[in-house]
Amino acid sequence: MRGRHPAVRRTPLPAGLVLPAAALLALALGYPLVRQVVLSLQEFGLAQQFGRPPEWVGLGNYRELLGDSYLWTVVLRTVVFCFVNAALTMGVGVGIALLMTRMSRWVRLAVQGGLLLTWATPVVAAMIVWQFLFDTQYGVVNSVLTSLGSDHDGHSWLIEPMSFFTVATIIVVWMSVPFVVFTVYAALTQVSEDVVEAAEIDGAGAWQRMVHVVMPTIRPVLLVVLLLQVIWDLRVFTQIYTLQKAGGITRDTNLLGTYIYTLGIKGGDFGTAAAAAMFMLALTVVLTAPYLRIMFRQEDD
Amino acid sequence: MSRRTPAPSRFAADALGIVILLVSVFPVYWMISRSFLPRNRIRSDEQTWLPLDGTLTNYDRILQGEGFRNALVTSLSVTLLTVGVALLFAFLAAVAVSRFRFRGRTSFILTLLLIQMIPAEGLFISQYKMLEGVSLLNSVLGLTFVYVASVLPFTVWTLRGFVDGVPRELEEAAMMDGCSRVQAFFRITLPLLAPGLVATGLFGFIQAWNEFTLALVVMTDPVKETLPVWLVGFSESRSRGVDWGAIMAASTLITIPVIVFFLIVQRRMVSGLTAGAVKG
Repeated sequence: MRGRHPAVRRTPLPAGLVLPAAALLALALGYPLVRQVVLSLQEFGLAQQFGRPPEWVGLGNYRELLGDSYLWTVVLRTVVFCFVNAALTMGVGVGIALLMTRMSRWVRLAVQGGLLLTWATPVVAAMIVWQFLFDTQYGVVNSVLTSLGSDHDGHSWLIEPMSFFTVATIIVVWMSVPFVVFTVYAALTQVSEDVVEAAEIDGAGAWQRMVHVVMPTIRPVLLVVLLLQVIWDLRVFTQIYTLQKAGGITRDTNLLGTYIYTLGIKGGDFGTAAAAAMFMLALTVVLTAPYLRIMFRQEDD
Repeated sequence: MSRRTPAPSRFAADALGIVILLVSVFPVYWMISRSFLPRNRIRSDEQTWLPLDGTLTNYDRILQGEGFRNALVTSLSVTLLTVGVALLFAFLAAVAVSRFRFRGRTSFILTLLLIQMIPAEGLFISQYKMLEGVSLLNSVLGLTFVYVASVLPFTVWTLRGFVDGVPRELEEAAMMDGCSRVQAFFRITLPLLAPGLVATGLFGFIQAWNEFTLALVVMTDPVKETLPVWLVGFSESRSRGVDWGAIMAASTLITIPVIVFFLIVQRRMVSGLTAGAVKG
């Protein structure tokens, strides 16, 4: 390409074409990022809201945060929630995708249609419906459980952390599974039948074919999907926020996103909130480092 | 992989498939069916599993309400503006990335990919302060600004794929026939890109229409809420007792455009998401 169009490299045209997008991104994301670093090094609370100039406190906000055992509770909770949800989503999703390869055509199409509908449902609408399903008084979950003989009449699901997170997990997994199913199923249809058959002729059982032939072939897709799940589940905000509003407990159910929101937007302590947000970015980088490595390697090729 | 599954195992797979179908569709079914039920039937101890005698009163209540209409106007303005600006900027950038080799090209692409990994929750504090500083809180412009930034990376990415898909040779042939480079682009390439622009635009629409976190942070004035923020607030107003029928009607109204658009673009979503993720 370069050889064929030597002149192209010197025109300012491509730079001009990229400029609007690059400028907007720099302004809407780059500038806040820099500003957040600065903010995290300042005392920026209520007094500063009312005009007092922010004070430099160095790493004070970080020290305060890291010294507060509550942050570690929230971080641990966030990471556990993230891994549990990502693992469940992957397990259920891959399971359904494998199952789909064995279904009759019409059942498979019906399942795909259903999952598509689930996938398309906006997060907020889905949250509201699930809250209704788990509603204390009129929820169908309570009424079914009660009719099955377990006493759930008037049971509140959202006022106790363990059952709060159970409900949150059910919802998050329900919403995330379709993406996994569609991508993994697409990958599975690419697995060469000849190779699977050859393995069978060589005496490999169903399990061995799965572990030694099918899984290695779809491994790159599995890896990427898993990493995306981890990134997405790490930043779960809407689900926790709406359930918190419905249930009324926040301190025992905060994840990093809602914690930052409570600190900054609700509490007005922007300095500490900025430090917590930097912490979240760092956590994202650490958890996605393997993914980034794969990406950089591919763009180099 | 879907060859000769033995009959018993196929039967089991089909049975499980139907269970999966029911579980996945049930909440959506419940939302739509409750939206047609009158209040006293929703609040009875008996669950109505199959309501065949629907009513539109819930929709009436929602559509008459000022809250919904305000939020609809805000949501539509922000969404359409976001799609328009994002498409324009992304289109220019995609053409540059696809048709030219220039300095900084690779770093631009890598930056786009990196940005996709930044969680909204990791930046909203300073974005809030920035918009506050220029008096753009509670404004369609302010929210659009941060939305465009969040949809741009994916938009550039998908459009780049579409531009790549139009062979250069077509443009070159047109230039042989006497078109200028610019004319060739507008007469030949642009029309071929139309489906790509539509698909990408719909994707941006879905994103902006559904977004909750940034809207919650930026639009604090109840009159300026977007539909998702309004819906969450509306479902929490428990003073009059929860009006589940109206809430389900509102949820259904918000969901319908998304489902329609989603069905149009879903094929590209899977390939776009995985290609963007895998291919770099």
